[in-house]
Amino acid sequence: MHMPIESKFFDKETIEDTLNDPSQVIPLLQIVQEKNGYIPEKAIEEISEITGVSISNIFSVITFYKQFRLRPPGKYIIRVCDGTACHVNNARMLLDILNDELKLEGTDTTEDGLFTVMPVACLGCCSLAPVIMVNEDTHGKLTPQKLRKIIKDYQRKGKENH
Amino acid sequence: MYKITVGMATCGISAGAEKVYKSIETLIKDKKDVKLAITGCMGMCYKEPLVEIFDGKTTYLYGDIDEKKVQQIFESHIQNNTPIDELIVLKDYKTGPEQEFTERQYKIVLRNCGLIDPDSIEEYEARDGYKAIRKVITSMTPDEVIDVIIKSGLRGRGGAGFLTGQKWKFARASVSDQKYVICNADEGDPGAFMDRSVLEGDPHSVIEGMMICGYAIGATQGYIYCRAEYPLAVKRLKKAIKLLEEKGYLGDNLFGSNFSFRIKLKEGAGAFVCGEETALMASIEGKRGTPRPRPPYPAVKGLWGKPTNINNVETFANVPWIILNGWEKFASMGTEKSKGTKVFAIAGKAVRTGLVEVPMGITIRDIVFNVCGGIKDGKKFKAVQIGGPSGGCIPESLADTQIDYEQITKTGAIMGSGGLVIMDETTCMVEMARFFLNFTQLESCGKCTSCRIGTLRMLEILERIVDGKGEDKDIEKLEELGEFIKKTSQCGLGQTAPNPVLTTIKYFRDEYEAHIKEKRCPAHSCGALVKFIIIPEKCTGCMVCARQCPVNCIIGEKKKPHVIDQSRCTRCGKCFTVCNFDAILKD
Repeated sequence: MHMPIESKFFDKETIEDTLNDPSQVIPLLQIVQEKNGYIPEKAIEEISEITGVSISNIFSVITFYKQFRLRPPGKYIIRVCDGTACHVNNARMLLDILNDELKLEGTDTTEDGLFTVMPVACLGCCSLAPVIMVNEDTHGKLTPQKLRKIIKDYQRKGKENH
Repeated sequence: MYKITVGMATCGISAGAEKVYKSIETLIKDKKDVKLAITGCMGMCYKEPLVEIFDGKTTYLYGDIDEKKVQQIFESHIQNNTPIDELIVLKDYKTGPEQEFTERQYKIVLRNCGLIDPDSIEEYEARDGYKAIRKVITSMTPDEVIDVIIKSGLRGRGGAGFLTGQKWKFARASVSDQKYVICNADEGDPGAFMDRSVLEGDPHSVIEGMMICGYAIGATQGYIYCRAEYPLAVKRLKKAIKLLEEKGYLGDNLFGSNFSFRIKLKEGAGAFVCGEETALMASIEGKRGTPRPRPPYPAVKGLWGKPTNINNVETFANVPWIILNGWEKFASMGTEKSKGTKVFAIAGKAVRTGLVEVPMGITIRDIVFNVCGGIKDGKKFKAVQIGGPSGGCIPESLADTQIDYEQITKTGAIMGSGGLVIMDETTCMVEMARFFLNFTQLESCGKCTSCRIGTLRMLEILERIVDGKGEDKDIEKLEELGEFIKKTSQCGLGQTAPNPVLTTIKYFRDEYEAHIKEKRCPAHSCGALVKFIIIPEKCTGCMVCARQCPVNCIIGEKKKPHVIDQSRCTRCGKCFTVCNFDAILKD
């Protein structure tokens, strides 16, 4: 086994700290996910070389945990809370509206790469139900009208910055 | 001299507390006699953002604050010493319009939440922090510590309710060169946020509890396994650990003794099953989080094969209080077998929702109608869902059930970790069961066939029932499958996954039957079984719904009220979601 001489994903210190340590697979994946928004193939190879865990085992870890993605996400990640409080306040309808407005048919990311829609278990702001989070911003007490306006605003913002 | 404190837990921040904080900061810039501070969750999620003003004598808690109200409060209260009564929710934590919410509460776990700056060791110490660990190190033997915890009657707050001191005793009895203490902070039940609030509001109480456990069982290394979806809790824990290491409160030879203890933080990666202790340990070891059979129990063979003691956040937060106040005081609260208090995260259709800590033994009715102020909008109370996806429903007819491990288990639900969803007459119980089962189905790790495939089959049946395609004998099939999955699954996830379905069938069988036989949803909630009607008085004739209807069954001229042709309506609900005037009624 050889050391990756020039790593694209990790600094020297991180590599030294995690060398040959199988328990570091998840923390290393978390570093890559945090920086890139997903896990590129090349990163899996590097983690395998660093920790000594086989590529297939790392792949099985990636697919087990919801946090990891194998494809790049959209520019705006919309997290739709489907926790209990949001659910009893009609969160499913929000999801239907998003699928409809963004024309997501069975995929989670729009064709233009602007939006990724993810239902999540609980965002933890139950008093604001129903809630979505767009990147770091929380939007609460949503109605279909409010949600449509929010999508339009981001669509406009996204296009302006293009 | 004023001290202004802003509640900055996740719920506060998402309600806009950061903006409130910044505008106060700007306003008081030149005022030397005003101090601004942050604190964790104050419990009143329904009144967030919350701002507290202390004038040296009295504390005034303001609720529902935005930037405009900050300006008002600043001008009146700070500059002219005139509190604005109509914005105050609570005075001195006792009196005011919201006093009912606090009257029945007793705070042990949440003793510091919302009172101290979670990033400050000094503020924790000023409220007796790190006195308990000093006391056990200097004046108690490990066996004495375990004895106190056993006598207190403290039981695991993660859900199963095993006697904490007994668990510690087993771990202490295992002989090994290395032992571990793990804090399970992988709170994954949808709608439960007790542990998050404690970690965000008072991380030191949990850390101190872990240190005491380490001393008692003979472990020198602790791990906190925290859910990655809790970024603020992770941030505050990291900071707390760093500050403690710098201060010499974590490391070698603590408080002048030969006891050493360190803590590492591990972030979960999004898998509900990792709340199960053996799956959690697999995840720390870097593997897929699948459970393994017990025995051997973690106390014998745990993390990396070494004896390990795992407790939940709330359990650890109780420990320092018990050491300082004595087991007698803790055991004096509650019922015969359930002692102390329990924290609940209350969500759903109640007037007041948020975080509460109540003595064990309180009735569900008391929580719903007194602590939470009853049901919103004058609707009727129907049931509570306790224990999240592993728990079950307790109907209104059993509302006098006490909060007690055994009594709740008797109803078919479980105490669980503390999620409490209050439901009214508009909540469909079949749909609720479907919701929880959908969650556990997605989170099943796939190891046991009965859980992996059994829950999917149950989900399919529930889906067809709410879609109005339920068949004869579906209820019996659900019962049979449910019992089978409970008996044949290895871990807690599968063993409890059918509970929401089985309890709703037990108490609301008529609702299931109405869906299946009459194709009717008694709560008027299931889209496929309700009728959509346009209210002529509200309809402006804007045509939006007519244009969006996929089967063109909405008829009417522009600017005149429209009508839905019920014979062609597919009940997709599209018109309901597009109407800008609330003119469409679900019946």
